[in-house]
Amino acid sequence: MNLSKFFKNAFLVMLACLVLSACATKKVQNQMQGDVYTGTDTVEYLASGVPDRVFFATNESVLTTASRDTLRKQAEWLRKNSKVNVVLEGHADERGTREYNLALGERRANAAKDYLMTYGISGNRISVISYGKERPVDSGSNPLAWSKNRRSVTVKAN
Amino acid sequence: MIKKITLSLIILLLGTVQLYALIEVDITRGNLDPLPVAVSPLSSDKNTDDELSKDLKIKQIGYKISEVVENNLKNSGLFNPLNKDAFLQKPDIAHLKPRFEDWSLIKAQALITGKVTLKDEKLRVEFRLWDVLAAKEMMALAFTTVPSNWRRIGHIITDKVYERLTGEKGYFDTRIIYVSEDGPKTKRIKKLAIMDQDGSNTKYLTLGNELVLTPRFNPTNQMVTYLSYFRNLPRVYLLDIETGVQEVVGDFPGMTFAPRFSPDGKKIIMSFAMDGNSDIYTMDLENRIVDRITNHPSIDTSPSYSPDGKYICFNSDRSGYQQIYVMGKDGTNVKRISFGKGLYGTPVWSPRGDLIAFTKLHKGKFYIGVMRTDGSGERLLTENYYQEAPSWSPNGRVLIFYRETKTDSEGKGFSAKLWSIDLTGYNERMVTTESDASDPSWSSLLSN
Repeated sequence: MNLSKFFKNAFLVMLACLVLSACATKKVQNQMQGDVYTGTDTVEYLASGVPDRVFFATNESVLTTASRDTLRKQAEWLRKNSKVNVVLEGHADERGTREYNLALGERRANAAKDYLMTYGISGNRISVISYGKERPVDSGSNPLAWSKNRRSVTVKAN
Repeated sequence: MIKKITLSLIILLLGTVQLYALIEVDITRGNLDPLPVAVSPLSSDKNTDDELSKDLKIKQIGYKISEVVENNLKNSGLFNPLNKDAFLQKPDIAHLKPRFEDWSLIKAQALITGKVTLKDEKLRVEFRLWDVLAAKEMMALAFTTVPSNWRRIGHIITDKVYERLTGEKGYFDTRIIYVSEDGPKTKRIKKLAIMDQDGSNTKYLTLGNELVLTPRFNPTNQMVTYLSYFRNLPRVYLLDIETGVQEVVGDFPGMTFAPRFSPDGKKIIMSFAMDGNSDIYTMDLENRIVDRITNHPSIDTSPSYSPDGKYICFNSDRSGYQQIYVMGKDGTNVKRISFGKGLYGTPVWSPRGDLIAFTKLHKGKFYIGVMRTDGSGERLLTENYYQEAPSWSPNGRVLIFYRETKTDSEGKGFSAKLWSIDLTGYNERMVTTESDASDPSWSSLLSN
């Protein structure tokens, strides 16, 4: 009796462990698609429903579907707030040489700028700065942290 | 800002007989058997010691200079300085006439002796290098300088000894400029710092108010070029480390970065990024004329001249990924030279002209390596979690670079340190700095 109860408990504990660990891995997976960050932990908002940043794959500056969606929301918000100028801050993860990452950050921020401009936002309202790998948001040394750091952030300039 | 270095160097040849020496050090291969050398404390009379301990607050200056020499020789990996406790002969007598039997008894093959005197507020240091087995003087020199330069005397003595025993110029009377780092990884405070090659005499050249990166020495003088985010405009700057005067180089309508001097020190070569594209440009420092060197929709960065100024190696992702390329100084004849597995960055041409040092990223590891200028003979010297940006010692025998540590699961434990390694792949060691450090650049020899 006692023994079977013990096994039953042990089984439950094991089951709980399995479920929990599955959740944990699922959570990480849910925050990345390929190696592009899709979570919201680090995201801030320019206005309600207008995320301030887009994320990139390793060594890439191509905008993902989700990034384009975010940038269209930013463009709409910028059209409504025609007096606001923005700075696009381009960043890279820590897994590259400093100088190349500066160039890569600049390329990423410009990819975002170009997209905003195709939605009618004047280039005069957008400036670009690259921080390369100098300003990570997540100090971790793992793929998830790196994915959060490969980003272009739209910041109000005035 | 930085005290002007006035080292009036008077070399007196004290009747040196340049006989063929028995001892010599081969620096072309890893030296697993460093040469045992005895560095006798330099002798100084009581009057000199008293005066100097008053002025410089340094006791036993002769002993201190010998420690500088000893430390340099040890760090080179080519010499094994013997414990002073085993020395039998007094410094002043050894300097006049070493009893070679005593020195060979403790297995010394070379012996360095010297003498320090203070005269008219000038420090006069003489030293001799002896071949213990041949029982002969190999070299004798004397220097006169202001007392505060006493450490440099130690470095110059090391350079002379190194050159005499290896047949190549030394790299000890040199300085390292680097970026001093502080604070959390997400918000590093960075300052330009300069120190002697052995880590002493650290001075900070900026206050940390703005982000500064990648300082590089002018090979011909004490000017430095670097990237500063002053007023949030990342631009290449020029800094005179003697006067502290800083100026922006060129009024570009976008970020300029990755600067280096041309070998004659008259131009700065750098990347200019605009509209998502980085190309390589040069600026003549005299007439401020800007030349575009590359014109390609890919990222072109990290340019570095060959020592004769005829070629430029650089980093480009025009093939899809970061690789190393070489071209003529005017941008013609672009040739890819890196073909190994992985990504290649930060190429930097050796001062001897025959090699290019680089950073390589392969399967999640970072390597510092060298290859010949046509890309052949790739040799990886060291592997680590993260390391990059090698800079050559002026004699092309040692590379200094920086390393960053992996953080733990909580994102803690980040640090950045300077490391050096011999071209042979031996003698890898951490270079001590007051704070965390990155982006080192090695100066030329200060005296010649």
